[in-house]
Amino acid sequence: MLKLEQLTMTYKTGDQALKSVTLEVPAGQVLALIGPSGAGKSTLIRCVNRLVNPTSGKVFLGDVELTALKPSGLRRERRRMGMIFQEYALVERLTVMENVLSGRLGYVGFWRSFLRKFPQSDVDEAFRLLDRVGLLHMADKRADELSGGQRQRVGIARALIQDPALLLVDEPTASLDPKTSRQIMRLICELCEERDLAAIINIHDVALAQMFVTRVVGLTAGAIAFDGTPEELTPDVLTTIYGEEDWAETIEEVDEDDEDGDGA
Amino acid sequence: MPVIDQNGQAVWRRRTTGQSMVRWFGWLLGVAVFLWCWNYISEATTWFFVWDAPRIADDIFGRATPPRWSYIDKLWGPIWDTLNIATLGTIFALFMAIPVAFLAARNTTPSALFIRPIALLIIVGTRSINSLIWALLLIAIIGPGVFAGVVAISIRSIGFCAKLLYEAIEEINVIQVEAITATGASRWQVMAYGIMPQIMPALAGIAVFRWDINIRESTVLGLVGAGGIGLQLSSSLNTLAWPQVSLILLVILLAVVISEWVSAKVRGAII
Amino acid sequence: MTADMTTELGILVGNKWKKPPFVKRAWLRWLLIIGAGLYFIAAIYSIDVNWSRVYQGLDRGGAFVAAFFSPDFTSRWTDIKEGMTESIIMTVASSVVGILISIPIGLGAARNISPMPVYMICRGIIAVSRSLQEIIVAILLVAIFGFGPLAGFLTLSFATIGFLSKLLAEEIETINKGQAEAVRATGARWTQWINYGIQPQIMPRLIGLSMYRIDINFRESAILGLVGAGGIGATLNTAFDRYEYDTAAAILLIIIVIVMGLEYLSGIIRARVQ
Repeated sequence: MLKLEQLTMTYKTGDQALKSVTLEVPAGQVLALIGPSGAGKSTLIRCVNRLVNPTSGKVFLGDVELTALKPSGLRRERRRMGMIFQEYALVERLTVMENVLSGRLGYVGFWRSFLRKFPQSDVDEAFRLLDRVGLLHMADKRADELSGGQRQRVGIARALIQDPALLLVDEPTASLDPKTSRQIMRLICELCEERDLAAIINIHDVALAQMFVTRVVGLTAGAIAFDGTPEELTPDVLTTIYGEEDWAETIEEVDEDDEDGDGA
Repeated sequence: MPVIDQNGQAVWRRRTTGQSMVRWFGWLLGVAVFLWCWNYISEATTWFFVWDAPRIADDIFGRATPPRWSYIDKLWGPIWDTLNIATLGTIFALFMAIPVAFLAARNTTPSALFIRPIALLIIVGTRSINSLIWALLLIAIIGPGVFAGVVAISIRSIGFCAKLLYEAIEEINVIQVEAITATGASRWQVMAYGIMPQIMPALAGIAVFRWDINIRESTVLGLVGAGGIGLQLSSSLNTLAWPQVSLILLVILLAVVISEWVSAKVRGAII
Repeated sequence: MTADMTTELGILVGNKWKKPPFVKRAWLRWLLIIGAGLYFIAAIYSIDVNWSRVYQGLDRGGAFVAAFFSPDFTSRWTDIKEGMTESIIMTVASSVVGILISIPIGLGAARNISPMPVYMICRGIIAVSRSLQEIIVAILLVAIFGFGPLAGFLTLSFATIGFLSKLLAEEIETINKGQAEAVRATGARWTQWINYGIQPQIMPRLIGLSMYRIDINFRESAILGLVGAGGIGATLNTAFDRYEYDTAAAILLIIIVIVMGLEYLSGIIRARVQ
């Protein structure tokens, strides 16, 4: 469903963030993208929805070539890609509800959005999503009053209300504590399953990735170094991705232990 | 931090000899320039009047007290005009300053090469020139009156507000803007949802701050004929009606104190 | 996901959503909105605009804008030169005197280093200076000392004191107490304490503020001439009175260039002292 063909990105400074990456993600597949800091994980997902424009190569979403789109077409296609950020990236001075509804901006006209007159179906969907992520009672709170885990849930609701076919998730747990991290990862993966969404999840935490996804791609210095199932991630593989280190500990953690649902 | 060897002993000094020479020379030059300036002022002054100043000041004070309280009846209109000049001037200025600020901020300007310098030029040009001079100019163009005052205050305030606002825009959190862009929002929606909420507190603060300054400035615009209480001040001065002058000065003083109090209160409520 | 009417969600779904209002109390909100609306109408209505006069003025406005592209520096050059020199001289002299006087008053007005009586007196001086406008002070001083740059010089010095002392005092009130206490703990006298414990902390800010005030003093010196207190203002006023827009444009351009130069200079100096 998502196809990257020889995607290359060189920044103005001369840093080559992506070196001819080719990758295909079928519909409904949740994929974890692992790799050391600076390997190009963030750049890769930003190239997909063209927050960053790749230097060369092609990106296809379905049969639409994203890399060839003009601004208006790009905005239309961006609606099909929900994005979730590391630092939540909520607009802090807006309420939770406004933040969720901002996911519908691509569908409504300027004045409707400016006057906050969203269609009733959008409003209902926003309430349902907030209920699903357990924040319905927070709807009229301002985003900066929320805790980190709560903010990330709002971020998830904002991405889902776009009614996307694909989620682009950039380090969703990097700013959260271990327990909240698991809850958030579980929530994202459950929602992907419920709605049959494909997702690319950038993540540092290898153990966490192995716990939830069905496919892992390792990125090193802008090139794909591994592509396989979580079980195939052996210490040798991790060494090729990250460099020499004792990996036994990291992988052993994989067995599911604390199973306490995701009530915040 | 030089350490100088003197008769076999290490002596610490704050500066080397060269550095202190340069410093002394700098100070000397400064004093010389100041003395030259003072000499110029002194030559342009009729010192006889200056020696006579205490007597004249005493004389004026004697004539100005007590203020002619009954004159206040004629001041309500001008006070209303003054308030309007400041308030409407501030509102119009904000309407014009917001687009200028967006064009001047590095992260929102459509073209850093052509449009940004023009926006910066508008900011510097309007800021450098005092509202009294703008008023003089506008009176020559559109004739005396409150309208000239409103326009003068607005023009003067554009640069001031736009400068503070564009600095606020350059400091916004880009990730929040990125998130809105990623939803497929249009350019204007990104502005309304991603940027405006972030700069609203700055905008409100700037508006109140400038309104306070504008109240002060609009009290004297009348001196050149641009309406407000300054007109009464000017005519009272011309007819040497000192009791009226003292009353007007008291009113202005009160207005300034009240506006400062209001703006402090409002800013406190916003932040 | 069917909504039944007993859950919180069931109640909310299907209902309209509104952004919670900025002012919570409804009556207060409407009072503010209606009050602001009425004021706005009354204010606009009370401005008497003579549109035919404005329309006639458009030509002159155009002529003025055009004059900016062909400013006339030459025909009144002696007047411009004299006025500008006087403005600059007033700026320099008043900034020097104003800054020198502001320092002790600023120290006195800082609650954390000065005793109560001194504090009250210094704050009083600041309040008087800040609430009186430059141009009004200039009018009074011209009446007392006669026409000429002396009145302008005194006006600007007086205004500098109010501005600089207040900001300086606020800066001193927020200094790092630990550093000052460490110096005091060495047994330093009051003057040494100020010199070693306070001065290094406020010096960069003092220099920055002084540069800013020099900029303001220059801009203000351009209008003092309107009331006879010296400087370029008188020349400018004459130019407007005679409708000599090209000369006026020349003067305004010089002012803008000097202000830009001062801002550039103060940017460099502030970057260096920090």
